[in-house]
Amino acid sequence: MIAEIGLAALWLAAALAVLQMVSGALALRSAEGEANPLAIYARPAAVMQALLAGLAFAMLVWAFAVTDLSVKLVAANSHSMKPMIYKLTGTWGNHEGSMLLWVGVLALSGGLIALFERRLPERTMGATLAVQGFVALGFYAFLLLSSNPFERLPVPAIEGSGLNPLLQDIGLAFHPPTLYAGYVGLSVAFSLAMGALLTREVNPTFARVMRPWVLGAWVLLTFGITAGSYWAYYELGWGGWWFWDPVENASLMPWLAATALLHSVAVLAARDALRTWTIMLGVLAFSMSMLGTFLVRSGVLTSVHAFAVDPERGAFILVLLGLYIGGAFTIFALRAGAVAEGKRFSFSSREGALVFNNVMLSAILAIVLLGTLYPLVTEAFDVRVSVGPPYFNPASAMFAIPMFLVMAVGPLLRWKEDSPRRIRFEVLLLAVILIGVIGLVSFFGQFALLPLLGLGLAAALGVAAFLPLRGRKLTRVPVATWGMVLAHFGIAVSLFGMASEGAFTQERLAAVAPGGSDQVGDYTFTLQSVNPVAGPNWTAIEARIAVSRDGGTPVILTPQARNFWSPAQSTSESALLTRWDGQLYAVIGNQAADGRWQIRMWWKPFVTFIWYGGLLIALGGVLSIIGRVRVDMKRRKAVSLGDERRADLEALGTAPVPAE
Amino acid sequence: MRSRLFLWVPLALFAFFAGLAGYMLTQDKTEFVESAMIGQSLPDFALKPAFDGLPGAARSDLVGGQPRLLNIWASWCLPCIAEAPQLEALQAQGVEIVGIAIRDRPEDVANFLARHGNPYTRIGADDISEVQLAIGSSGVPETFVIDAAGVIRYQHIGDIRESDIPILLAELEKAR
Repeated sequence: MIAEIGLAALWLAAALAVLQMVSGALALRSAEGEANPLAIYARPAAVMQALLAGLAFAMLVWAFAVTDLSVKLVAANSHSMKPMIYKLTGTWGNHEGSMLLWVGVLALSGGLIALFERRLPERTMGATLAVQGFVALGFYAFLLLSSNPFERLPVPAIEGSGLNPLLQDIGLAFHPPTLYAGYVGLSVAFSLAMGALLTREVNPTFARVMRPWVLGAWVLLTFGITAGSYWAYYELGWGGWWFWDPVENASLMPWLAATALLHSVAVLAARDALRTWTIMLGVLAFSMSMLGTFLVRSGVLTSVHAFAVDPERGAFILVLLGLYIGGAFTIFALRAGAVAEGKRFSFSSREGALVFNNVMLSAILAIVLLGTLYPLVTEAFDVRVSVGPPYFNPASAMFAIPMFLVMAVGPLLRWKEDSPRRIRFEVLLLAVILIGVIGLVSFFGQFALLPLLGLGLAAALGVAAFLPLRGRKLTRVPVATWGMVLAHFGIAVSLFGMASEGAFTQERLAAVAPGGSDQVGDYTFTLQSVNPVAGPNWTAIEARIAVSRDGGTPVILTPQARNFWSPAQSTSESALLTRWDGQLYAVIGNQAADGRWQIRMWWKPFVTFIWYGGLLIALGGVLSIIGRVRVDMKRRKAVSLGDERRADLEALGTAPVPAE
Repeated sequence: MRSRLFLWVPLALFAFFAGLAGYMLTQDKTEFVESAMIGQSLPDFALKPAFDGLPGAARSDLVGGQPRLLNIWASWCLPCIAEAPQLEALQAQGVEIVGIAIRDRPEDVANFLARHGNPYTRIGADDISEVQLAIGSSGVPETFVIDAAGVIRYQHIGDIRESDIPILLAELEKAR
């Protein structure tokens, strides 16, 4: 029954998406002031649809929780002996389940905006909901017609075939849901942009409506990418934290677009400038999410995140992409010219700095997109290439470095027009820090150019992040400004972690007999013993390694080489020792013929700052949302109070008297 | 209207991508696009060592005695990491593997070998992909079976999976 309830909920949700689309479109077509009788259904349809999609997802989670082996997806991806937490997270550790999560989040965001957003004109709102319904409909069709998660087996399986051991980790509980919520949260920005474009209502009110959605999606994306990077770092056992893998790029591209969008939407809200550009980015951000989904699931690119590859599904998503992205760009080309030009500003102003960084972010996006798609292009001519860090690192740094420089001074500039001479003290201070740090570090050793620049920029950015607070009374600084300060500081922290990891990492591969010792950095490590251990669905060889720093109290690290039996696969479980100034990363390898064990040790100074920075950035985003929403609520209250008073006065028959 | 032409650029770019992706989806993903050099004699080359630990590689190192594997790889290539255990397994079966590191740096090569094991007897540094192109390899990793006469007998494209090991061993046997 569980599966049938889920499937029925999914079909009903699809039907409601049609209603939402038609009803929203009718609202768009009705003239100002006159309501179409059918137009009132758009909002309730969106809310109901969210509930039904949520129900469908809950039913699938249930089927996984009780290991209902008559459901094909459960039999193929789960196992009755698996710990409960991985049974639950296994729901989205596969193509169909994760697509259902994707669609569920899409419906949820549509429902939320229908429920809470009351500021936009009804026509724009109708158009927005119509677009949201249209997008949802396509993905319901994809689920129901080619990736049904609730398909039954003719004969129930006796036992499930288990979940990929790499996914049997707590990382799977956080990484995909937050990332998907971020990807798909951008759909609201997409629908709003289309709605505003269709009604030509691109103005600061629209920007203020869009901003919390963009911020929210961006926070979730930031968090999801940070979590994913840390997960790959400790789970793959390769010691790296970013591999420029197509799937990683697929998550980075929407983030870059969303970062650009949230800055340009801020300009639109505050200054009524950058109208067309904001619309373009709104369309682009969600397009990148959909493109990522296509790249990952169609199998046109090879990646460590292999989903079950199926060209038919690829073709289906490609058609959806054509409809949505192609359609959106067509409407953009036809309509954007009719959107009145926004306010003008001079180059040396805060808008100018934001525009410059928007262009840099877009350039990095283009670099990543090109690098990701390049193998696809050459493969069409039967040439197979693999694009890796030698391309991505310098090519993106080329635009990231000027962006960081402008980011340091941009928030110090005034809106509309400013003279660079006004902030010459700050610029001088930052230049001294930048050059000083680079000089100091290169004095102590030989390092590659990019990590060296990264260290200098991180120091300068770290100071620059707090400069906007200079000379202000801290208790009166708006919450949103604190958000910006924190997020910018997070960039500096993260950059410092990356540069430090790149410049100072020390590693050691040693063959050690039990009882033997070796050294990496300040650490001495001693292999005490190697023992077999057993888990709920695996057995492993576990090394006990005592590590001590400069002869201090030893700490035991226990890296494992695990063998899972369902499905049969071996993984390497790294062991980490986290200190405030870095991480010791231990992996156990094979046993050599003479009985010694291969042990890999890395000492990575300040590597954790990469993820601390990511969390700070996300936290900055959260503060910004809180600040913006609070200000908006106050403004709304003030407006409605004013309206009430005016109505009261009119009812009393007296015109409002101007205050003396 | 002419100034509005640029508004169509995003659509044009997307259309190009969609066309390309659509075309690629209809193509069979065959893993075996053979080099035109198969069955031909290995071109002459002599490469300097890729790092201090092992000698460089020349054509003469691959001629005579038992058939060998010529492995095209790079420390910056992800599939090469996945392939490393399989190369070690082949080496454990007594296969001699000569490596060519593509566009690499000595310290990176040394790091890679320290981290992922060293199955090679020699590694030449091909800094401008000249040997790679000359033997008809278009990517990394690729692995060639070279017989005692210096003739390229077989090409494996992409990383070597566990299931490929018997195939490669059989090809080496055939080349004997």
